[in-house]
Amino acid sequence: MIRYLARRLAFGVGVLLTLSVFVFFLFFIAPGDPARMIAGDKATETQLVQIRTNLGLDRPIAEQYVRFLTRAVQGDLGFSYRNQQPVAKIIVSRLPATISLVIGGVIVWLAVGIPVGIMSARNAGGVRDRLGQGFILVGLSFPTFVLGMTSLYVFYFLPRQAGFSLLPGGGFKPFLPNPADWAWHMILPWTTLALTNAAVYARLTRGQMLEVMGEDYVRTARAKGLSERTVVYKHGMRATLTPLASQLGADVAALLGGAIVIEQVYGLNGVGALAVQAVANLDRPIIIGVVLLGGLFIVVANIIVDIAYLLLDPRVR
Amino acid sequence: MTAEVTTVVVQRGYWELMVRRLLRDRAALVALCFIVLVTIFAIIAPAFEAWTGHSPIEQYRETGMSPMGLPVAPNREFIFGTDHLGRDVLVRLAYGARVSLIVGVLAAVCAAVVGVTIGTTAGFFGGRVDTVLSRFMDLVMSVPFLLCALALVSVFGPSIELSVGVIVFFSWTTMGRVIRGQVISLRQMEFVEASRSLGAGPLSIMFVDILPNLSVPIIVYTTMMIPGSIVFEATLSFLGMGIVPPAPSWGGMLADAANNSLYLVAWWLVFIPGMALLLTTLAFNILGDGIRDALDPKGMSSRRRRKRP
Repeated sequence: MIRYLARRLAFGVGVLLTLSVFVFFLFFIAPGDPARMIAGDKATETQLVQIRTNLGLDRPIAEQYVRFLTRAVQGDLGFSYRNQQPVAKIIVSRLPATISLVIGGVIVWLAVGIPVGIMSARNAGGVRDRLGQGFILVGLSFPTFVLGMTSLYVFYFLPRQAGFSLLPGGGFKPFLPNPADWAWHMILPWTTLALTNAAVYARLTRGQMLEVMGEDYVRTARAKGLSERTVVYKHGMRATLTPLASQLGADVAALLGGAIVIEQVYGLNGVGALAVQAVANLDRPIIIGVVLLGGLFIVVANIIVDIAYLLLDPRVR
Repeated sequence: MTAEVTTVVVQRGYWELMVRRLLRDRAALVALCFIVLVTIFAIIAPAFEAWTGHSPIEQYRETGMSPMGLPVAPNREFIFGTDHLGRDVLVRLAYGARVSLIVGVLAAVCAAVVGVTIGTTAGFFGGRVDTVLSRFMDLVMSVPFLLCALALVSVFGPSIELSVGVIVFFSWTTMGRVIRGQVISLRQMEFVEASRSLGAGPLSIMFVDILPNLSVPIIVYTTMMIPGSIVFEATLSFLGMGIVPPAPSWGGMLADAANNSLYLVAWWLVFIPGMALLLTTLAFNILGDGIRDALDPKGMSSRRRRKRP
């Protein structure tokens, strides 16, 4: 078990290293002179040379990379080209919005997806199954930004035009002074982020549940005279949910991507919005920092999922 | 002469059976018709341009904008209204359909080719080759792909080729995994053994014996990748990293609508491209489900499951 976890951990470190090599060399071969971006168009040649020496840009690429990596491990990701602030500090200031969005989104999608899947599987072929299947198809097909814009139109703009206010029109409110206000502003972003994945999980749960309910041990449980409720929720659930845990790990990779779009639509000032701004500004240290943070996020989430898997499925141990 | 016999037993090929099953599936049939219509809509885009007399990128500031400088709602001249620059939404929608369909289908097919090649190689050779390729698939799957796409676009600048490349690179792994699993079980079959004993080399076994047996997962998963690719492209364009403006694309049209929350006063700017995008992906998803059920009747179709208690 410890060997298994160690192997997963080593793989995670490998992912991060590969990512760092990818972004670093990507920006190294990129056209454009970083020194000129920092100093602006009016800078003299001496100033440019000075900046290059300061940043170590005149050193060989391998040396630059090692220097970048040793600093990155210590949490120093360099300075933004735009306002010369430390990248780590800028990213940390953007984290609350993204973390609120992502955690709430995961909770909503599990809370919607799994029950819909169970409902669909327990009534296979019936009206409720049809409803569940319809939900799955529509959810799978709805592009996040279309859903986000539609929700804003329906739940914010139309009520406001009718003269009352239903839900806020975007923006992020910090959690601490007023948690209710925070949640109120996050309702639409959470549901928007959750819908597509809720559909994926409903489909998975449905398939798994149908499979599990056909197993011999479920028949045995029924034969013992256990109530249908106990059979489904006590005996069926565990085997149904175990594969979902590994799926959750894979979906985290897509999560930050989804967050980028939702932050754009709802005007949340999170890490995703920061990445889009950085691309527009050609602010490379920020882009590198955000990509690495995204990688770290995925690696950590995957290790958590691995541990959950160990606890859920005794066969892996 | 079979025609004279009253009860005719017709021998039907595998593909013929599949088509017949698909044609019986009403939802899949409607979806297929919709896809055909969208394709025609995309192909005859120049006809809409000629019919309305509006080019997709020209700004009609006189007729296409209100005196306040706002877009014009759907009317007789602009059937689907105009956008924030006074451009005809209908004509842009038709040209945007080209982008969505071409990128969606092309990226799905390329991803399928890459996935099948790598999956087959990994599954067939096994051992160290398999370990390396499987780790590589795991690696690609645990990369924050939209962020990496952002980084790539910021370096190379947005373009349609880069969009397709990015979509392919981050979507072939599902296919790769499925194919690898299939090949591993096919590899041990007797007919592969027989081929080998007749002196067939690995390449010949892969193409002649194994590949034809993979046609079902290949077709099903390629169809199911198309809607994903369409949404991926639209997302890239929405974030300004896909199709370069002013060329029309559905994602780009939605991005224009989202700009300054313009769509709140001009609902057609989000409704029309949004519905087009939603219905197209929905149609491909329904068709994919239908093809899966038709190709793999012993598989887990919803219809068969009904019989279970």
